[in-house]
Amino acid sequence: MRRFEAIAVPHMDAAFNLARWLTRNEHDAEDVVQEAYLRAFKFIDGYRGGDARAWILTIVRRSCFTWLARNRPFELIAIADDDAEERFAATPDTETPDPETELLRRLDESTLNELIEALPPLFREIVILREIEELSYKEIAEILEVPIGTVMSRLARARQRLQESWRRHPVARIG
Amino acid sequence: MQCSEARRLIGARIDGELDAAGEAALAAHLADCAECARHLVEQQEWHAAIKRNAARYTAPDALRQRLAAAVADAERPPSTPSRSRAGEWRQWAIAASVLLAVVLSSSLTAYVTRPNADDRLVQELVSDHVRSLMADHLTDVASSDQHTVKPWFHGRLDLAPPVDDLAAEGFPLVGGRLDYVEQRPVAALVYRHAEHPINVFVLPNRGGPAAASQSLSQRGFNLLHWTRGDLAFWAVSDLNLAELRDFQRLFDRNMAAAG
Ligand SMILES: [Zn+2]
Repeated sequence: MRRFEAIAVPHMDAAFNLARWLTRNEHDAEDVVQEAYLRAFKFIDGYRGGDARAWILTIVRRSCFTWLARNRPFELIAIADDDAEERFAATPDTETPDPETELLRRLDESTLNELIEALPPLFREIVILREIEELSYKEIAEILEVPIGTVMSRLARARQRLQESWRRHPVARIG
Repeated sequence: MQCSEARRLIGARIDGELDAAGEAALAAHLADCAECARHLVEQQEWHAAIKRNAARYTAPDALRQRLAAAVADAERPPSTPSRSRAGEWRQWAIAASVLLAVVLSSSLTAYVTRPNADDRLVQELVSDHVRSLMADHLTDVASSDQHTVKPWFHGRLDLAPPVDDLAAEGFPLVGGRLDYVEQRPVAALVYRHAEHPINVFVLPNRGGPAAASQSLSQRGFNLLHWTRGDLAFWAVSDLNLAELRDFQRLFDRNMAAAG
């Protein structure tokens, strides 16, 4: 119990934040975190030192995706991780006459949060883990159970998707 | 360096993940490529904007408290009644969902004390039990009144399960539910003892004459199986075996008395 508290409890905000963003709902996030924490508690012997936050977030993230599969299966669209570079080249930088930085100044807090919420879960989570939780590529790779190269390309695509969605947003277009 | 490679390095630079060699290579490209230089500035601004404006949700205190209580409960041996949150089944349901995952993923490797028991049936009964707790679907008809619960099954099932409230003996009736065992609808009677729900599955008896009750335990649940007349019963609970046996004796005695 004391060991579990030392390992898992300090990261409860990070766990809840991830679950809240993935479920997009306070109540469901609570349920998912509680379930994940009980699972972590049960399998605490499987934790062999190392990054405690990454360990607990791996479990929370799995619970989130189990929850999504049950409750929001239509959100779980597959994404390919290998065509990122192609898309770098294909994306025009000047879709709108405004310079990007000028456009960005008009992006308010609630719209930004809506845009992040609208990302597919695999993109949404990586934005949350990197930009809000400020985890390293290595930690994110551990949590997502993918190679670091995949973290990099997926993060790039998530950012690109987010930025495109702002350029297409009515507020951005009307100016 | 290609612009596509430079864009990749720009991402790593923003994230503080670029090593010295990458830094130098990127600087060389940016000196020659205004497009990529502009892209770097944009990405830095986006990075800052997200950090400034994206919500970071914090765990509600209620969640922390519930979790502490649930962990405390999970630590207690299943036979000890919970003292912390009497009447609160929700945390139980969540603990059960953890068990369900284990039960469902362990297929037939589960520990069963009676090697001749029908493993698959036991698996199914335990899963049904856990699912009933998990999905907030313990009962279709929630009543402690046997005269409400018993008629509810009429027309829904071929068999008529015996329903007796055993509250006076410490096992109040909670209600009844239709469940499925081996693809057949069966009656599930729900009782509880302190914090512990008990599911009694009532099936047609295909096993012949009355047999002494059998017990087995699986994944923290105890199961008791017995038959009377043309009915077969399975009680499933996290209750300890001695108390579950007490329950079974009461249940069976009442049924025998009713003829
Ligand atoms: Zn370039």
